[in-house]
Amino acid sequence: MDHVISIKNLNKTFANGVMALKNVSLDVNSGEILALLGPNGAGKTTLISIACGLTYASSGQVFIAGYDIRKDYKAARRLVGLVPQEIALERYENVLDTVHFSRGLFGLPPDNALVEKTLRLLSLWDKRESSLRALSGGMKRRVLIAKALVHEPTIIFLDEPSAGVDVELRKEMWDVIKGLRDQGATVVLTTHYIEEAEELADRIAIIDKGAISLIEQKDQLIKQMGGKKIHIDLTEPCSSIPANLQKYDTHVTRDKKSLVYVCDTKYREKEIGLFLNDLHKTNLNIRDITTKEKTLEEIFMSIIEERKP
Amino acid sequence: MNLYSIRAIYIFEMSRTFRTLLQSVIAPIISTSLYFVVFGSAIGSRIQAIDNVDYGSFIVPGLIMLTVLVQSTSNAAFGIYFPKFIGTIYEPLTAPISYFEIVIGYVGAATTKSFSIGLIILLTSNLFVDVTIAHPVWMFLFLLMTCVSFSLFGFIIGVWAKNFEQLSLVTSLMITPLVFLGGSFYSISMLPEIWQKISLFNPIFYLVSGFRWSFYETADVAVHVSFIAVLAFSLLNLSLIGLIFKTGYKIKS
Repeated sequence: MDHVISIKNLNKTFANGVMALKNVSLDVNSGEILALLGPNGAGKTTLISIACGLTYASSGQVFIAGYDIRKDYKAARRLVGLVPQEIALERYENVLDTVHFSRGLFGLPPDNALVEKTLRLLSLWDKRESSLRALSGGMKRRVLIAKALVHEPTIIFLDEPSAGVDVELRKEMWDVIKGLRDQGATVVLTTHYIEEAEELADRIAIIDKGAISLIEQKDQLIKQMGGKKIHIDLTEPCSSIPANLQKYDTHVTRDKKSLVYVCDTKYREKEIGLFLNDLHKTNLNIRDITTKEKTLEEIFMSIIEERKP
Repeated sequence: MNLYSIRAIYIFEMSRTFRTLLQSVIAPIISTSLYFVVFGSAIGSRIQAIDNVDYGSFIVPGLIMLTVLVQSTSNAAFGIYFPKFIGTIYEPLTAPISYFEIVIGYVGAATTKSFSIGLIILLTSNLFVDVTIAHPVWMFLFLLMTCVSFSLFGFIIGVWAKNFEQLSLVTSLMITPLVFLGGSFYSISMLPEIWQKISLFNPIFYLVSGFRWSFYETADVAVHVSFIAVLAFSLLNLSLIGLIFKTGYKIKS
């Protein structure tokens, strides 16, 4: 597999003694979208900041397309675009100027056609003459994306790209990110929205307390750690789990009107049939049965919960 | 050398000047004109000539220095502090440019602004007093070197400052007093001996003296000493900036 980003044994301890990253190693494949999931303070932004050159690592190495980010920083950075978490823009500039500035900063000659294409892609062309202070929060975030794309990076880091963005715009951004991947770009995004990771990511890396807990293909993760919830609505309240169902992962809902059976993926094939047989043997009167797959959020929460001391 | 990157920073900084023309250019010209009215015409007419130079003319180099030093320092300090303050510093720090190129962009713009203001004040002073320039090349060289060295100094201040108060404190509590005590409005030979000796520890004294020599061929210290002083100050600032970027002091965590 072609690793376009290679992070090796990265450690970061801040001056105040906080250990933000602990021996993090991670490879990102060319052309994939990798979602970095983790609670607040997990080290997601620190990891991205080191890769982009904003923060020094205490030890360890980061390679971008084979270039060491310290020794060959110019070659490495040319390939990278960063969309920061905070909206940081010069209020009194207009959209066109700020995007031209970003391209120039990367050592590239002005390219009006490319700037227009980028602004159109992000629905900003009509606002090109607008002062940045006059734009809405969502538009400002799109400007940040335009600034990160205008030097045509092949690797894009998006730090919480849809924080504070309304649902409609979030979906638009997802389309833009998918479009970038379709054009061959590699995308690393951090997010609090598990739905975002579920929608976009090819692979998921879960980071908690500065360490990578898990890296897995999204589909594989859901397959391995997911499961099915079978919700059995009853006509009569039930106070306890019938004896022959107690061997299953089952519980009665608080209103006692339903029974919920959670079946892990790994047991699914043989267990669901057995459970239904045993359910049939009880004297419960069933009104309805519904089934639901475990979401990525539930998987994420269970991983984080497992690691709590 | 990454010329497009330097150009981007330079144009960005210069466009800020044009957006704030009143504050950046007009204000220093007005305040300097007021100095000429008060010290040059009103009070100056009652003060005898110094080294055969009319007092009004004598203070021209000092006044230009006063403005140029304050403008160089504050422009460069603000230029780098403001991106830190609003968070846009992430852009140059993640771009494929060297620290040296970043400094050329920011310091180049601050130097251009203060150098231009210095020339405008020189022209303005002609409206109030007779100004002769005995050594124009040296005058330009001194002005340029001063603008560069104090823009470098301002860059350091901008990196160091935690807030806007610290930013303005350096110019109001350090640069301005040192310029006033550095012989801008008098020759240090007019001071008691002890103060003449103390003045030798004021780096700005050497700049004012050298700059004044380029106008009237009168100086408190030899011109080459002044030139070495401004060169040494530039090199000291460059070394400190190199250290800042190497360690990431207040720029990178």
